[in-house]
Amino acid sequence: MSWFLPPGVSTYAADIDRLYYIILVITGVVFILTEALLIYFLIRYRKRDGGRAEYSHGNTKAEVIWTAIPFVIVVALGLMSKGLWDEVKDPAHLPTDGYEIAVSARQFEWEARYPGSDGTLGTDADFTTVNRIHVPVNRPVVIHLTAEDVIHSFSVYDFRVKQDAVPGMTIRFWFEVTEPGEYELGCAELCGFGHYSMGGTVIVLSEPEFQAWEAERIALHEGSTRQVAAAQPDEEDQ
Amino acid sequence: MSAHVKATDFEITGFAGEPHDPPGFIRTYIFSTDHKMIAKQFLLMSLVFLLLGGTLALVIRWQLGFPGSPLPGGGVLPETMAPGGIILPEFYNSLVTMHGTFMIFFAIMPLLVGVFGNLLIPLQIGAPDMAFPKLNALSFWLAVPAGFIMLASFAVEGGAAGAGWTSYAPLSASGEYTGVYLGQQLWLVSLFILGFSSITGAVNYITTVITMRAPGMTWFRLPLTVWALFVTALLALLAMPILAGALILLLADQTIGTTFFLPATGGEPLLWQHLFWFFGHPEVYILILPSFGIVSEVLSNGARKPIFGYHAMVLAIIAIAFLGWIVWGHHMFMSGMNPMLGTTFMLTTVVIAVPSAIKVFNWLGTLWRANIHFHVPFLHSVAFVSLFIIGGLSGIFMASAPVDIQIHDTYFIVAHLHYVLFGGSLFGIFAGIIYWYPKMFGRMMNRTMGYIHFAGTFVFYNLAFFPMHNLGLQGMMRRLYDPNQYEYLAPLQGMNTFISYSVFALFAFQLLFAVNFLSSLRFGKKAEKNPWNANSLEWSVASPPPHGNFHGWPTVYRGPFEYSVPGRDQDFHPQWEPPDGEVAPRMAGSPAPEPTGFSTGAHEEEES
Amino acid sequence: MSHVASMAVEEPARDRGFEMYNAKLGMWVFLLSEVMFFTSLIGAYIILRFAHPDQFAGPGEVLNVPLTAMNTFLLICSSVTMVKAFAALQHDDQKGLKLWLLATIVMGASFVGVQVYEYIHLSHIGFVPNAEAYSAAGGAIYGSTFYLMTGFHGLHVTIGVLCLIWILWKANRGAFHSKRVAGVEAMGLYWHFVDLVWIVLFTIVYLI
Ligand code: HEA
Ligand code: HEA
Ligand code: CUA
Ligand SMILES: [Cu+2]
Repeated sequence: MSWFLPPGVSTYAADIDRLYYIILVITGVVFILTEALLIYFLIRYRKRDGGRAEYSHGNTKAEVIWTAIPFVIVVALGLMSKGLWDEVKDPAHLPTDGYEIAVSARQFEWEARYPGSDGTLGTDADFTTVNRIHVPVNRPVVIHLTAEDVIHSFSVYDFRVKQDAVPGMTIRFWFEVTEPGEYELGCAELCGFGHYSMGGTVIVLSEPEFQAWEAERIALHEGSTRQVAAAQPDEEDQ
Repeated sequence: MSAHVKATDFEITGFAGEPHDPPGFIRTYIFSTDHKMIAKQFLLMSLVFLLLGGTLALVIRWQLGFPGSPLPGGGVLPETMAPGGIILPEFYNSLVTMHGTFMIFFAIMPLLVGVFGNLLIPLQIGAPDMAFPKLNALSFWLAVPAGFIMLASFAVEGGAAGAGWTSYAPLSASGEYTGVYLGQQLWLVSLFILGFSSITGAVNYITTVITMRAPGMTWFRLPLTVWALFVTALLALLAMPILAGALILLLADQTIGTTFFLPATGGEPLLWQHLFWFFGHPEVYILILPSFGIVSEVLSNGARKPIFGYHAMVLAIIAIAFLGWIVWGHHMFMSGMNPMLGTTFMLTTVVIAVPSAIKVFNWLGTLWRANIHFHVPFLHSVAFVSLFIIGGLSGIFMASAPVDIQIHDTYFIVAHLHYVLFGGSLFGIFAGIIYWYPKMFGRMMNRTMGYIHFAGTFVFYNLAFFPMHNLGLQGMMRRLYDPNQYEYLAPLQGMNTFISYSVFALFAFQLLFAVNFLSSLRFGKKAEKNPWNANSLEWSVASPPPHGNFHGWPTVYRGPFEYSVPGRDQDFHPQWEPPDGEVAPRMAGSPAPEPTGFSTGAHEEEES
Repeated sequence: MSHVASMAVEEPARDRGFEMYNAKLGMWVFLLSEVMFFTSLIGAYIILRFAHPDQFAGPGEVLNVPLTAMNTFLLICSSVTMVKAFAALQHDDQKGLKLWLLATIVMGASFVGVQVYEYIHLSHIGFVPNAEAYSAAGGAIYGSTFYLMTGFHGLHVTIGVLCLIWILWKANRGAFHSKRVAGVEAMGLYWHFVDLVWIVLFTIVYLI
């Protein structure tokens, strides 16, 4: 049983974790303080024969203090969170130089569309993969997220990334991974009986590897007459 | 009261024309309009649903503890739910949905509002009954069919609703996504009826508290339970219709082909979430405020000390209720709602910690320099305080939107909601049931069993739910039929199994409570008027109180928390006891005062 | 001590909230809840309309504004007659009470009648809740919102009419007099509320 978060491998993971640990400390202190006081009072002021409780209706000074302190703390917390929240989620902060991928969620799989040879999304040069999303390392990735049927949620814990995929909306968000490797992609929003099995993989490749993979994909796509061919070999590509 | 009392008395009390000589069986036990009987009816209903919700939880825990292995005795379940006892994913979703729905709407809410609202409001303000006793009966007889409709949805084609207790659209808006058609519609209809029941109840409570307080019962002499229930009623009055509206729109999408939440033809999925949570967050405070009241009362009684900062406690309740209306977006940080809105909701949300802080610290203040008698309800109240702190503090993590990115829709949320709802609301309910049991049934609950049930519940409750925080931090999603589908979650199976074992033990101790509750009805030690040496008005009359409660109107001389007043040999000073030297004007069975004129109306109300 | 005397000492201490009898206060409280109910429907309408302006037809393109304006006027008149009925009751004018109640019932009923006629007509021209033909962008939320909002208001009027009939029946049995006004007054509050809601709905659904 651990209070530590699994290691994060995106640029903003560290900041999110820091905020988490700050809150953990604050709440931890409050927790220990209040519970300790509670236990102490229970023991110290247990029934004494002939004993009598102090007849007091309160103490305005004390009450003002323990209203003011939490207020300061939580507002400070709120403001601290705001900056980071904007950096991560505010569309205005989306990287302009990011590698763009259109991800579409459906019961119960993830389809990713990559800008093909022409380098822009939404043309028929785009090629697709299913449940295996390839991204370059150390380069911002901008996801255009949507859903075809119900609400799903794109979540990669190692990246500290979570974003609902809502049918009828295209939501853009970004992340930048700092470690090559394979990371599990999960669906965090209940989306039907297959919700629990709607997993995928995000494959993070070093720049050269990624270039190579992309080139191979583009070639495959150009060569293929049938769109689906793009997805076929993908299943066993490693 | 007996028939000789003039109708005008009743006109004040609002139950004109009701003969007060003992009514027949049907009128006493079935279609009773006596608030005490209606409270008992609500108690029976909601305890049964609590047991049901708990049983559903056991099945959930079985699947999570031992994924894919056949449920003991599960063979009896139909193929569509659990072939050979092995739970199907879609059935798991229904289980989770129904567990949440029953617990929130049919167990905790009726327990707090239906039971304690009905029992305590008239008794503690010194009224003979509710303002509208028939409306009161109606609100119970609406809740029962609602419950059975919800239950029936398990049996229908396609099974019960499986879109979560939050029933997010579009998943819930069309059966094509889940195969659940009728089940989801019954869910909607049932909650609509229940909402109507709560609204009628709320109208009754609010009117009663405003117009029917006994002479001398000023606003700031009200017990905190009444304050909490009054504010809760206001929340229910204003929140339930929002839910009703949302339910209607969703039902229309399901049945007559409208497209409010279906994007294909112009609908807005997020609209449902906004409507639901605009109701939903006030709802969660409906589920905690009455427990705040109960706990304040029991703590003060056990501590033999006036509640610390009465006025601050009242203001805190009001502040929480008010802030509760402007935080709903904290459930939607990841929903695709405009992140700027997210920032606003984040700030309003953290501020709610402040009035909550006032409550927590004032409870601690109440114990400071007290003279504590550790009776069973007191222990439950202490547990409430300690566990609500945990649940509340975990709320702070989620209130910080960036942190919520990691823990949204994970078991961290599940942990939070059980700490506030079980550790909070339900422990408060245990305290309340045991504390007022003698007033309801004229007997005390068994103390030994009480202590054992408390100890077992407290220990195994924490063993069951505390680890869920960590499951969440490791990234285990909610509403997940089988975590082992994910490589990174497979290692958590051990902890899930441990949680399940703890839950089975927890459940066993709940059965002990059931045994204690039922056996004490018969064998419990007879209770005198005021077994806890308490101050509020309900303890001035027999246990259980006669039909009509008081002889006329009692007179109130002081606040409800006058414990350990210096210079008195008793360490409590009841609200009804005249200042030394004076005699009580009318405690001696003489009829109530003349109505002050403006009460004529109540008459027809009741002929209706 | 006699309870007159006891009254004397107690009544000052007795705080009865707003000087209002239960049925009337209860109705006010209930109407608060009704306000929130229509708020949820109207709120949904406003959100959808701002999100998809192109899915809503302009004023008068589909809906018959003059007809409904006439109907609105009818409902407002029925509020006036309701006031008259209450006034009559306060002067113990039983005959007036019954006549004005009857007038209110008739107008309320005809309001519902006109609405039913309107529905039938609209469905004949194919404007049904899930009709996609009636908005530029081919979405169905125009019909959806129209029928749900006007429908639930219509339901409220219908219930109101039924209650009015019951009140009239009781008035016939002489249940009310200037000292027993609650039933009529509470009924009036409800009726004026329903009227008010309609004026809002008429404005946002038909005129804007
Ligand atoms: C009784 C019910 C109840 C109560 C009282 C609360 C209280 C709070 N809740 Fe909780 N909540 C739920 C029931 C409740 N909640 C439920 C059921 C859900 C899940 C819904 C679903 O199914 O999705 C939920 C979900 C939920 C979320 C959404 C999480 C997500 O889905 O991602 C959030 C986010 O902000 C939140 C926050 C809070 C906060 C800030 C409080 C605050 O009111 C807590 C305030 C109390 C304290 C803070 C502790 C005492 C204070 C002190 C000791 C003073 C010192 C403190 C500091 C200085 C910090 N809750
Ligand atoms: C107050 C509300 C409440 C209560 C008390 C509980 C109690 C329990 N809950 Fe639940 N739970 C919710 C509200 C509640 N829950 C909600 C809202 C959700 C979210 C649903 C969703 O995601 O949509 C949820 C979800 C939820 C999940 C997550 C499922 C998932 O996301 O996949 C789990 C998993 O372990 C769980 C387990 C339990 C367990 C083991 C208990 C145990 O504590 C149960 C113990 C048994 C009892 C409490 C019964 C005791 C009975 C009596 C005392 C009556 C005595 C009878 C007589 C006298 C006649 N609950
Ligand atoms: Cu897709 Cu859950
Ligand atoms: Cu909330």
